[in-house]
Amino acid sequence: MQTGPRQSPDHDSKAQAVKLTLNHVDFFYGERQALFDINIEIVKNQVTSFIGPSGCGKSTLLRCLNRLNDLVEGAHLEGTMLLDGMNIYGPDVDITDLRKRVGMVFQKSNPFPKSIYENVAYGPRLHGIKNRGQLDQIVEEGLKGAGLWEEVNDRLQASAFGLSGGQQQRLCIARALAVKPDVLLMDEPCSALDPVATAKIEELLFSLKQDLTVVIVTHNMQQAARVSDWTAFMYLGEIVEFGLTKQIFTTPSKKQTDDYITGRFG
Amino acid sequence: MRAPFKKFLASGNVFIWGCAAGVSVSLLMVFGLLLLIVFNGLGYFWTANIVELTLKDTQHVMGQLAGREVIPRSVTPDRPEGKSRLRVKVGNRDIYGLDFKWVNDDQIVSETYPPDIALLERREWGNMYARIKAVYRGETLQAEGNDAGWSALAPLIDTTNALHQQITRIEGIEIGSINTDIEQARLKIRALEIGAAPDTRERGQIDTLKAQVAAAESRYQEKTLELDTLRTQFNEYSVLMVDANGREKQIPVGQIIRALRPNEMGLMHKSWIYLTNVWSVLSTEPREANTEGGIFPAIFGTVLMVIIMSLAVVPFGVLAALYLREYARQGVMVRLVRIAVNNLAGVPSIVFGVFGLGFFIYAVGGTLDTLFFPERLPAPTFGTGGILWASLTLALLTVPVVIVSTEEGLAAVPREFREGSLALGATKLETMLKVVIPSALPGILTGLILSMARAAGEVAPLMLTGVVKLAPSLPVDGSWPFLHFDRKFMHLGFHIYDVGFQSPNVEAAKPMVYITTLVLITVVVLLNLTAIVLRNHLRKKYAGSVL
Repeated sequence: MQTGPRQSPDHDSKAQAVKLTLNHVDFFYGERQALFDINIEIVKNQVTSFIGPSGCGKSTLLRCLNRLNDLVEGAHLEGTMLLDGMNIYGPDVDITDLRKRVGMVFQKSNPFPKSIYENVAYGPRLHGIKNRGQLDQIVEEGLKGAGLWEEVNDRLQASAFGLSGGQQQRLCIARALAVKPDVLLMDEPCSALDPVATAKIEELLFSLKQDLTVVIVTHNMQQAARVSDWTAFMYLGEIVEFGLTKQIFTTPSKKQTDDYITGRFG
Repeated sequence: MRAPFKKFLASGNVFIWGCAAGVSVSLLMVFGLLLLIVFNGLGYFWTANIVELTLKDTQHVMGQLAGREVIPRSVTPDRPEGKSRLRVKVGNRDIYGLDFKWVNDDQIVSETYPPDIALLERREWGNMYARIKAVYRGETLQAEGNDAGWSALAPLIDTTNALHQQITRIEGIEIGSINTDIEQARLKIRALEIGAAPDTRERGQIDTLKAQVAAAESRYQEKTLELDTLRTQFNEYSVLMVDANGREKQIPVGQIIRALRPNEMGLMHKSWIYLTNVWSVLSTEPREANTEGGIFPAIFGTVLMVIIMSLAVVPFGVLAALYLREYARQGVMVRLVRIAVNNLAGVPSIVFGVFGLGFFIYAVGGTLDTLFFPERLPAPTFGTGGILWASLTLALLTVPVVIVSTEEGLAAVPREFREGSLALGATKLETMLKVVIPSALPGILTGLILSMARAAGEVAPLMLTGVVKLAPSLPVDGSWPFLHFDRKFMHLGFHIYDVGFQSPNVEAAKPMVYITTLVLITVVVLLNLTAIVLRNHLRKKYAGSVL
């Protein structure tokens, strides 16, 4: 069990900037504690994955990072979470600014009942961009960033619900990218998709990390092994082990991690 | 024997049959009701042939057949089918006093359909069924005999109908606007006199106003003279009619709206008359204590009232539902409020009527009168029933329906939509306006459809808050401010009650009841269809949302 000191995985010697720092984070749904003393650092421009059995708290942890858990009545958090040194839960934090910097893609694709164009333009419009030309450019960049531009550029005004499941999920990525976030949270983004669509999104992750820090929650260990640079294994609200992916998957230091990865439980 | 029966029960076929029977019975009842109304209502517009019956006592009866029935208590053991009698609409109310006459079948000697009987639709006293004897201009004979009179009459009726239109226009619009001017000036004078003793400037104003009143009154005199000449022209010609038994009656041509000879008319002509009858009921004002003429003011009042009600009920209902579902802490209080709202929908409508009378009319309307219309007191302006108060009372009555369906619509908006919007940095308000409410619009419209259907059919609260059996003018007209919220209005539902149960002429009123019911149902269906088309359009636009 991981306790006390922060786990800073030793990795390649080149210094890497830390994007998110979690210090002694405890999280409660009312009386029930869901996260216990989380201490990790998430490195900039890399993909970090959270794995673990159902109900271990990986989605809860992810949703703490953009304060989406604030919506749950009676939820509260102790400890500190820093984004580039700024306390996410600080009293003077503008929650909409935070969410603008920390985008999110959900398990179930959730395009709005609007056109493809309006879905991507939704965020920029909220943040005050009205110029049509500028919006066109942002929409194009977002769709290109999500690898969807080639498929939809001739039907931008069509309803988003006409897209396939995989395309809808990439549209949601494009929508998140359009507000130009620093961090992208992905909550099991491929769990409802077929292998081809999954492969496309995984491919996308490699290009996304050029500009973004990605945190992904996944059930699929092969996916974690394929796409992430760092992996945290969680169990019952605690981080059991956190380190470089290749290290976790080849030489885990905890028996529990080994058991889970090799499929003996979970 | 028992095991297969058990198996049969368990297979659920009985249950399916039971359900199907339930649906069938409901459908039968609904369609039976509709058929009854449609059959009885649409039959009224058909011009039946005029029958002339010769009776055993050598009397003649002339009129349109209205039905045949078994005479009550005429069934005896040796005559099990009983005796039957005919119901004949004989019209000529000014001569006979009653429109209908029952003739026992065994009294009839012969039954003929002579082509020369004329049906005169009159502005007063209902239809006349008679033959023409002569046409007069004042005292001088213009045409004599049935056929000559018939040819002479037709152009005269056209002329008098045109005159009638002219007279109505002068009475309604021109004299009406003069009256409004006089009334306005008088009220201004009263307003100036009502306060402290008027100073010199105010006295000057009063004098100019008084001059205006005098000018308007002289214009009024001119118009009255003009009307008098028109009225003399109107009554210049008269026609002498003779009924089946030779009784004569002279009536001015101005009284006749239309003259027909139904027995001469072909199917095409009758169909055309049928359509004009439908149109005239839909487009004209009632005559003869609402038993004849049209029901246009009632249609207009019903539709306008439903529209005003919708405009009032939707914002309030939606705001309340938004608060209950999205902002309020979901606790005991909110649950209590929800229960209260649901129960409010079950309160008898007359209770809402009493509340509307006490709150809207006496409290709010009375206050408005003392504040804004003191010069008209003691005659109330808003302190009496009117279309605005009736509409608001109905809005109060139907607001629970809108709240409940809006809440359901909001609850059905997927959580993912909200989270998706919030995760992009939208505030709660932005999320609500841009994503949640558009997705919940079909639910809101469902609430509106239900409340319109309920409101259009309510009568009890209206009787206390502003409906009348005959409104002198529509709530919308050409004089400023065009929409007169304080005016009383007519309503189809109340019209049914009034015509059917308060009318002195029951038999004549009966078809009117069916027609009014038919029109009310059609109006409700049309209003609902409009909303349903709008909802389907929105659903298509927001396809994929659960609703």
